[in-house]
Amino acid sequence: MAHQLPALAYSFDALEPHIDARTMEIHHDKHHAAYVTNLNAALEKFPALQAKSIEALLKEIASVPEEIRTAVRNNGGGHMNHTMFWEIMGPHAGGEPTGALADALNKAFGSFAAFKEQLAKAGMTRFGSGWAWLINNSGALSIESTANQDQPMMDGKNAILGIDVWEHAYYLKYQNRRADYIAAWWNVVNWNAVARRFAAK
Amino acid sequence: MEHKLPELPFAKDALAPIASAETLEYHYGKHHATYVANLNKLIPGTEFENLSLEEIVKKASGGIFNNAAQIWNHSFYWNCLAPNAGGEPSGALADAINQTFGSFTAFKEKFSATAVGTFGSGWAWLVKNPDGSLAIESTSNAGCPLTTGKTPLLTCDVWEHAYYIDYRNARAKYVEEFWKLVNWKFVAANF
Repeated sequence: MAHQLPALAYSFDALEPHIDARTMEIHHDKHHAAYVTNLNAALEKFPALQAKSIEALLKEIASVPEEIRTAVRNNGGGHMNHTMFWEIMGPHAGGEPTGALADALNKAFGSFAAFKEQLAKAGMTRFGSGWAWLINNSGALSIESTANQDQPMMDGKNAILGIDVWEHAYYLKYQNRRADYIAAWWNVVNWNAVARRFAAK
Repeated sequence: MEHKLPELPFAKDALAPIASAETLEYHYGKHHATYVANLNKLIPGTEFENLSLEEIVKKASGGIFNNAAQIWNHSFYWNCLAPNAGGEPSGALADAINQTFGSFTAFKEKFSATAVGTFGSGWAWLVKNPDGSLAIESTSNAGCPLTTGKTPLLTCDVWEHAYYIDYRNARAKYVEEFWKLVNWKFVAANF
């Protein structure tokens, strides 16, 4: 079955004023949609790969035929990254996590504030386009960043939160001010969704 | 040596509506200016402190390279653009383009495909190789053909900040419009 653009679980304007409706609309309906279209186009000639989940495809990226490997890496990564991004954001969100996730963050980073600082730094120092991630390695948390649409799954890593720092994620509202975008983004993080992802593995 | 943001070779509104004054306001006034400010913060006390910008681009890596190359790339990009420009090159450059790519149209198509196909942030370039031949290449992020011994002739910035205000996600449209601004006099002088 062809990969599909998932519907947003909230309206385009639900993350206002932190993320504007126009940005959400273009980001989801144009950028994410293009990744899905391009991924399906790349897989067209490879029926055996079409049945695989996006996670499986990226986990085994090295075995994807060379002629479509870069397309799957870029567009498959873009699809999976954005799918997660929409899930871990929401209206009336932000604040701090609780329970096991809060404990794991404190253990890994010392405090929630220190975690936020480190993730923001990973996002700020990603030169060009990319993502900053919170990775769950069997309960132990760490921060990474990847270039472009590279998904941590390609290295067997399980990202439970990610912030998109491609300019398209923030340019209409924040222009060159990536730091302001990251600071505002914390207000839309859906910690319940992140906690579910943390508990799942 | 303190590096300076070079003057724009045209007024900020001179490229409108193809590249709006607002885009130039940010692209030149913020992005380009920030690379200059960053480089000036990074080099004091390093081996790069007294080198020319071009030497830093050729020798540095990491943050110093990123900021230095982005200064160079943007200064070069502004010079590749002009109001009331576009059209086609003539003379020796036109001959070389025809010889390498078959026709000016074929060259434009290939250059545009490279610009549109550069994934993430980067640049598309027409370069002259050390043997005098022409080639089209793409670089990621701050990548600059000076580092591989090539002579840049023309570039198109495909970082999203170059076109997002005016074209949103439609990079192909931006690249199509870019041709109307190409300052072939500058490109020919580089050749």
